[in-house]
Amino acid sequence: MATGTEEHAAEGSGLAIHPMDQFIVKPLFGDGPVHWYTVTNVTLWMAISIVVLLGLFVLATRHRGIIPSRLQSVAELFYGFIHNMVEEVTGHEGAKFFPYVMTLFMFIFLANMLGLIPMSFTTTSHIAVTAVLAVTVFLTVTLVGLYRKGIGFLGMFWVSSAPLVLRPVLAVIEVISYFVRPLSHSIRLGGNLMAGHAVIKVFAGFAGAMGVASVVPIAAIAAIYGLETLVAAVQAYVFTILTCVYLRDAVGEAHH
Amino acid sequence: MGDKMATEPILEEAAGVCVNAHGGAIGMPQLCAEWIPNQVFWLVVTLIVMFLILSRIALPRIGAVLAERKGTITNDLAAAEELKQKAAAAERAYNEALANARTEAAKIVAAAKADIQKDLDAATAKADAEIAAKAAQSEASIAEIRAGAMEAVQAVAKDTAKELVAALGGSADAKAVTAAVAARLKG
Repeated sequence: MATGTEEHAAEGSGLAIHPMDQFIVKPLFGDGPVHWYTVTNVTLWMAISIVVLLGLFVLATRHRGIIPSRLQSVAELFYGFIHNMVEEVTGHEGAKFFPYVMTLFMFIFLANMLGLIPMSFTTTSHIAVTAVLAVTVFLTVTLVGLYRKGIGFLGMFWVSSAPLVLRPVLAVIEVISYFVRPLSHSIRLGGNLMAGHAVIKVFAGFAGAMGVASVVPIAAIAAIYGLETLVAAVQAYVFTILTCVYLRDAVGEAHH
Repeated sequence: MGDKMATEPILEEAAGVCVNAHGGAIGMPQLCAEWIPNQVFWLVVTLIVMFLILSRIALPRIGAVLAERKGTITNDLAAAEELKQKAAAAERAYNEALANARTEAAKIVAAAKADIQKDLDAATAKADAEIAAKAAQSEASIAEIRAGAMEAVQAVAKDTAKELVAALGGSADAKAVTAAVAARLKG
């Protein structure tokens, strides 16, 4: 509380950098407290991502053209990309998880990309959001694995290709790594997004305070913005392909 | 410090534990527990809506379009293959017809040549025969003329000999003169 007040006391001096303010969740209407049902900037930007999804996947494909329009071919590109990924990584058995994986990918991709618009709110920069996504994947993989393979799903932790004496040790490591998955899965995505946006904001603060020399931070922002665009796409890809890899444990052949 | 303590209750009420009085973030907004239910609720709503849009409308539609396109392309390729084979067959037929026409033409040429040769041979033979006949005729007339000339020479010689004998003052026995001329002509 006290540190926050002190930070903002420096506002008058010109160098006022608040890189974390962009992550504040605030109600869209009024200043009341944020209840679970309150319509906030989270709601707004998630709704915008739904609108974009509708435009790209429903409006653009409404003609069902054999020769696709530009936007339809973009939608087909996404479809083919994720469909191939699911089939190649998860195997033929995993194909029925395609809509699920596609939903995850499109949500993360759109949230990341919309977050790059200046003044926007990046929903995937919050651990709360990415943790829900990762825990959902974790629960899906665990439940599907137990349902399809029964107790044999636990054989995943028993590395049968290793020497017998090593197997208990490896089993402990495998169990730990299995339960750490949702943590790394969510923090990788949220952390990447948060760090990139915070860095851009810090450089923007420099630009405001440096006068003519601010060309340097502005050029740096341009460069980082390009990098962040890459990160936005790559993190969506990474989250999705890891989901596919985890799903393979549940539905595919054992790969140990 | 005491001054700040005094204002704190008002700030708490206005902003909560994650945002200070100026609307700035306190610490990492990501760790603000107060906002988590809101984010989770709207995330779940968004994911369900997106899943319904994708699984009910978008993905079956795009899948159908892609399958239809694949079918169309396969059909078109098959049709193209068929047309290609038709073209190849047509070319084969054309080449065959061309070869047939060539042999036919060669035959006609050969027949024409043979005809011409026959006519030529006949004409040559006829001409040869005519030439031979003419030659024989000519030979005969030459022989006749030669015989006639011999007789004339004999007659002239006899007459001349008689006249000479007469001019020399003798009376020539016609038989003797003739025999003498004949002997001379032979000799």
